[in-house]
Amino acid sequence: MQFPFLGVIVFTPLVAALVILMYKPEWKKAIRWTALAAGLFALALSIWVYFTYDKAAAGYQFIEKYNWMPMLGISLHFGVDGMSVPLVLLTGVVMVTGVMISWGIEDRPREFFAFLFILASGVFGVFASLDLFMLFFFYEIAVFPMYLLIAIWGWIKTREYAAMKLTLYLFIGSMVSLVGALVMYWTSGQHTFDMLVLETVKFTPAFQKIWFLPVFLGFAVLGGIFPFHNWSPDGHVAAPTAVSMFHAGVLMKLGAFAALRVGIMLLPEGAKFWAPLIMGLALINIVYGAFIASVQTDFKYVIGFSSVSHMGLVMMGFATLKPEGLLGAGVQMFSHGVMTALFFAVVGMVYDRAHTRDIPKLGGMIKPLPLAGIGLIIGSLVSMGMPGFSGFVAEFPIFMGIWKTQWIVAVIAAVSIVVTASYVLLVVRRVFFGKMPEEFEGHITPIRTHDKIALVLLMALMIGIGWFPSLMVPWVQTGVQHILALLGGA
Amino acid sequence: MEFISNHILTLILFLPVLAAVVVLCLPKDNLKAIRWTALGASLIPFVLTIILWAQFKPGQPGYQFEQQYAWYSAIHSTFHLGVDGLSLTMVLLTTLLTPLALLASFSITDRVKAYMSLFLLLETGMLGVFMAVDLLIFFVFWEVGLVPMYFLINQWGSEKGEREIWKGVKVQARNYASLKFIIYTMGGSLGLLLAIQLLGVTFQTYDLPTLARQWTTLEGTLLGLPVATVKAVAFWAFVIAFAIKVPVWPFHTWLPDAHTEAPTAGSMLLAGVMLKLGAYGFLRLVLPLYPAESSKYAGALAFLAVMAIVFGAFASYGQKDFKRLVAYSSVNHMGFVLLGIAAAAKAPGTLDATIALNGAVLQMFNHGLSAAGMFFLVGVLYERTHTRNLDDFGGLFPLVPIYGGILIFTSMASLGLPGLNGFVSEFLVVRGSWPVLTIYTAIAMLGLLFTGAYILKGLRSILHGPLNEHWAKGKHKLTEINTREIIVMAPLMVLILIIGIWPAWILEVINKAVMILF
Amino acid sequence: MTTLLPILPEILLLALGVLILIIDPFLKNDEIRRPFLGWFTAGGLLVTLTLSLLLARPAGPILVFGGMLRFDWFGFLFKMFFIFAADVTALFFMDTDKLNRRAEAYLLLVAAGLGMCLMASSADLVMLYLAIETTSIPLYLLAGFLKDDEKSTESGFKYLLFGALTSAVLLYGFSLIYGFSGTTSLYDLGSHFAKFDLLAVGVTFMVLAGLAFKVSLFPFHFWAPDVYEGAPTPVAGFLSTASKAAGFAVILRLLTASFPIISADWSLILAVLATLTMTVGNLIALAQKNVKRLLAYSSIAHAGYAMIGVVAFSQLGVASVVFYLIGYVLTNLLAFGIVGIVGRVTGSDDFSAYAGLSRRNSALGLAALVAFLSLAGMPPFVGFVAKFFVFSAAIETGWTWLAIVGVLNSIIGLYYYLNVLKYVYLYRMENHDEDRHPLTVSRHVAVTLAILVAGILLFGMLFAPWFTLVSNATGTLF
Repeated sequence: MQFPFLGVIVFTPLVAALVILMYKPEWKKAIRWTALAAGLFALALSIWVYFTYDKAAAGYQFIEKYNWMPMLGISLHFGVDGMSVPLVLLTGVVMVTGVMISWGIEDRPREFFAFLFILASGVFGVFASLDLFMLFFFYEIAVFPMYLLIAIWGWIKTREYAAMKLTLYLFIGSMVSLVGALVMYWTSGQHTFDMLVLETVKFTPAFQKIWFLPVFLGFAVLGGIFPFHNWSPDGHVAAPTAVSMFHAGVLMKLGAFAALRVGIMLLPEGAKFWAPLIMGLALINIVYGAFIASVQTDFKYVIGFSSVSHMGLVMMGFATLKPEGLLGAGVQMFSHGVMTALFFAVVGMVYDRAHTRDIPKLGGMIKPLPLAGIGLIIGSLVSMGMPGFSGFVAEFPIFMGIWKTQWIVAVIAAVSIVVTASYVLLVVRRVFFGKMPEEFEGHITPIRTHDKIALVLLMALMIGIGWFPSLMVPWVQTGVQHILALLGGA
Repeated sequence: MEFISNHILTLILFLPVLAAVVVLCLPKDNLKAIRWTALGASLIPFVLTIILWAQFKPGQPGYQFEQQYAWYSAIHSTFHLGVDGLSLTMVLLTTLLTPLALLASFSITDRVKAYMSLFLLLETGMLGVFMAVDLLIFFVFWEVGLVPMYFLINQWGSEKGEREIWKGVKVQARNYASLKFIIYTMGGSLGLLLAIQLLGVTFQTYDLPTLARQWTTLEGTLLGLPVATVKAVAFWAFVIAFAIKVPVWPFHTWLPDAHTEAPTAGSMLLAGVMLKLGAYGFLRLVLPLYPAESSKYAGALAFLAVMAIVFGAFASYGQKDFKRLVAYSSVNHMGFVLLGIAAAAKAPGTLDATIALNGAVLQMFNHGLSAAGMFFLVGVLYERTHTRNLDDFGGLFPLVPIYGGILIFTSMASLGLPGLNGFVSEFLVVRGSWPVLTIYTAIAMLGLLFTGAYILKGLRSILHGPLNEHWAKGKHKLTEINTREIIVMAPLMVLILIIGIWPAWILEVINKAVMILF
Repeated sequence: MTTLLPILPEILLLALGVLILIIDPFLKNDEIRRPFLGWFTAGGLLVTLTLSLLLARPAGPILVFGGMLRFDWFGFLFKMFFIFAADVTALFFMDTDKLNRRAEAYLLLVAAGLGMCLMASSADLVMLYLAIETTSIPLYLLAGFLKDDEKSTESGFKYLLFGALTSAVLLYGFSLIYGFSGTTSLYDLGSHFAKFDLLAVGVTFMVLAGLAFKVSLFPFHFWAPDVYEGAPTPVAGFLSTASKAAGFAVILRLLTASFPIISADWSLILAVLATLTMTVGNLIALAQKNVKRLLAYSSIAHAGYAMIGVVAFSQLGVASVVFYLIGYVLTNLLAFGIVGIVGRVTGSDDFSAYAGLSRRNSALGLAALVAFLSLAGMPPFVGFVAKFFVFSAAIETGWTWLAIVGVLNSIIGLYYYLNVLKYVYLYRMENHDEDRHPLTVSRHVAVTLAILVAGILLFGMLFAPWFTLVSNATGTLF
């Protein structure tokens, strides 16, 4: 039997969390290095899985199936296809960079890393799950640690409110989808939660039209779809840096991905019927998110709303149901994940030193924090969709897909690109360039080695995919082809 | 050697990036090493371009020295480079001006590493546009060039000056200028992006030669719109994008601010090369692919061109800021390029069109030389006096005779004095457009008159008249232009003179290219 | 001898109770008495459990003792869990001041356990009534055990009054049933209630009223918050878990054996009751500032969730109810155990007593995390799986709206459970000096809590074998 890569990847963080919980609270060094080791291990395995995925063969690979409860057809079923394997890689990257960025946490690092890793396991689990029950199982595991992480280590002003709002929103969303999934299970008559089997079930068009929307929207809440996006900006801002990185970088992709897997792939007729609505909502995401971001004065809120806007692009890509749109959405999930992790890392670095995120009060950070500044600049360029970076590689096909569907939407969405460019450049300039206010003189310590490694890794990914799209596009394409087959067949 | 000749375009294109990386690795305090490394590295593409020029066969149709690699095959885009006579001229201009701009920047002392790297990246961006034979690559490099320029203006632009934006909020002039530049141009490139996407989706390829072949053969409806409509939308999108870049009046308002606030070398490249990207776009994409629409709207384009010529000249005349004067002169000169293009659009295939186009392309090259020269000279003066206000000067000729001489020479080129390059190109444009767009050409002549006026006025304010004692002695004593600066100007002046007297060497290439293309 | 095997657990429990009573006078002083009684009872219960599992496992379902009891896996499973719950409670008793030096407390506990075991396997109306009373009376006494505490006495008294009233109604219902059918055997009644007429309605209503009281179903839930709050914490824990489970066992048996035809028509009413129970329980829990009261209302709500499975009444539905109860027993015992510890150390059950708990004892904080998240229905804890199956059964049988109600209620539940966790993890003591106020937990209690946590995780992750077991067991009901 081949080595159970995915199973190991999914459970490594959980095991590491349990190990860490057994350490004494004072062993901070041991805690951090254990966390890092576990992260690197998971990352290494995900890189291996990514590059050994056979693109020619396509389909679901690295499959592991353990019968969990035959009576109801539940199995611990893992597998990745072209859409999920970049996301597994992304989680590995964010996990490692998140640990590095959180190196300096002094208040109960043991519990922090333990909860963070429970979250990570949940995320890996969802991406790798091919069983509907297990998908929900891991999904919820990824939700509840967010409450603890934000409420305990978050920004004191809003953390309780934001944590509760976030958790309730996400829980509601997932519960709505759960009901839909259960209905699907019973209606299919197959008595199995195996998604590969469910993909072949042809639900009646009437059924699909009713149930697609709750299932899709329930998950899309986590993706930040309008009008259920409200938890996201507050959640982003209140969370500690690494948690924001996870939140925007990976968790929101979880929602979009699950919406794709369970909504679009299992209920294709419903998807086709409701696509215009999804497109409309996503469009509001894109434009509204960009506009609101441009009037924020808190650095982190800018990025929070910009995430809402960019996730809108992902869901727009899905809603086109065209090969280019789906391709772009798949790449955008990765690209935005890396970019936003970078953004939040930089915000965290600035905030830790300046103790404020108020843009008018900041300035001149490029001198003491040059690498962070360059990181933010590159992140901004990716965010604008500047060619040469992964953002362009992602956004270009999405727009192509939109053109093929509804040209006016493309035009309106394109407006958001300009708005994005303007606010993002302004923020970069105000925070990093210009004159540094006196109160910060001498107080801005340079970033540490682990911070630098994290930043460089993230930048390299965005530039690499920007110049060599062949590093990611072929994978996503195989996934897209499968989705198209499901859409076309019904 | 084999390798070089097989990959010469990629080498020219990416050597600056490599150089930028090398520069970034140098220690930041060793200014000498940084500057000379950057300069040396930028000379290599220039040398390679000369080799390229030598090996180029002017009469041969199509692109030469082509290179094509798989890039983003999912959407049918390849990394496809190639040059023909039109783009080769521009490549030469770029690789010539960049080392000169770098040499001109030796007086910069603030964050030299970043500065030099950005310039080199900028060079790649510009070269990429000219060499691109794939629309997506064209777009990629188009955008890539914007970012370094944004930072160059923003960080190393003129320190003084403020602009009020609204509600009494004042921002630094260079911040205002750089943001306006990038947002404006990006807005234009948005149109470009949409157009390219449309075409890519419709024709399932971004490859220019393939596109050109299939252009008229594709029929029917695609994506709910008839192909004709798709092409029409793309036409306008292209026009707007390029119009902003050239810039065509009334989309020109970003230019005076950007050119004025940019650091000297930045202005040199901005005026020298970046404006040509827009004109190049017209020549490469709009005219060949849309002969009918171009012809239809040529009159409008000519009108705008003439507005640019006339208003540009008037605006220059009214300036008190030397640099702004030169900036508006760019608007004025690019108007001629546009006029030539309009004429060619109106009457394609005729001798007049060919002549006008020759003039337009040559004007692109010439203006590159003279504008770069003028901005540099402004910079020379500014570094010594820290002012650009024409009223602050006066009668400087005796103090700085060599500078004065060079300034007069370059100004004359800008003015279009026979014997210098400007005359040749402007003459060709006028000669070509007169039969086609008579009235517009006549009005343009008015502009030409005022061109003379503003240049002479500028010269008078600076060099002639009563000596402004302020600069005569003491700590403000004006120093003469130094060797390095002369070396910067020298190649420009030489070329200006040669093209003025014997333009054949370049016109040969241009003419053959134009005749093949149009 | 083999004829006694079906009631081996009960016999052992009886023996244990008598032994406690006998040994007690010989224990001279409190220092010996306290631990001895606790360990003796706990040990005795463990022995009972082990012996029963080894020797007294049922084969096929048969009626024994003249049809008084039914020896089947369904009853057996419940019995084992009652004994387990009593065992845990006995260990918690050891730490509770007023309880631990009174042998009567342990005796009452064992007696109540005995009654519950009989309830789970009763097959006859008379037996059932006896069993219910055998369970209830000791519980009344235990609830009011703390004579000096006003709240405890009030709680005991209230429980007694309510219980007595509903008991009377129940008995009246039973007598009416006997009157109309001529038999007291549950398994014979089924044929007599073939028609759904006024009589049947009235009778069923009365019976259900009595049982609804036991499981604190709306509108018979009013006693629960006051009683739980006033009773000594371990007793409240036992009440909320084992006693409720016993009630459900009886309901399930009645619905399957005695009123199978009617049960289909009662489903809607039960569904409405379940909805009201959940909603009322959850909404009022939102307003609580006292953890014990919060848990009381939460228990009411959980009865509602379990009821969903009863409404579904398919093979999966019944199995899911039992699985839910098992998970719920584990979780609630853990929750009340923690409440007991904190109550003992800080002297208060208000939210504020929990501030900084995780810093005072990080393991206890984690245990609280497990307990409350399992109550909320989060994986990887048993609460998630239990709710999943219950909702699943509801949708299977077409009660989708009920599942949706359950889902919405879970959300409310999540909110107030997270609130408690907020105190445990986020809020701090006044002077931020938690290290000077450590919360020590005695060894045996720590082990017990660990076992409960392990159980919650085990049932939450590797649930398949357990669910299959439960499913097979409930199969024997029919």
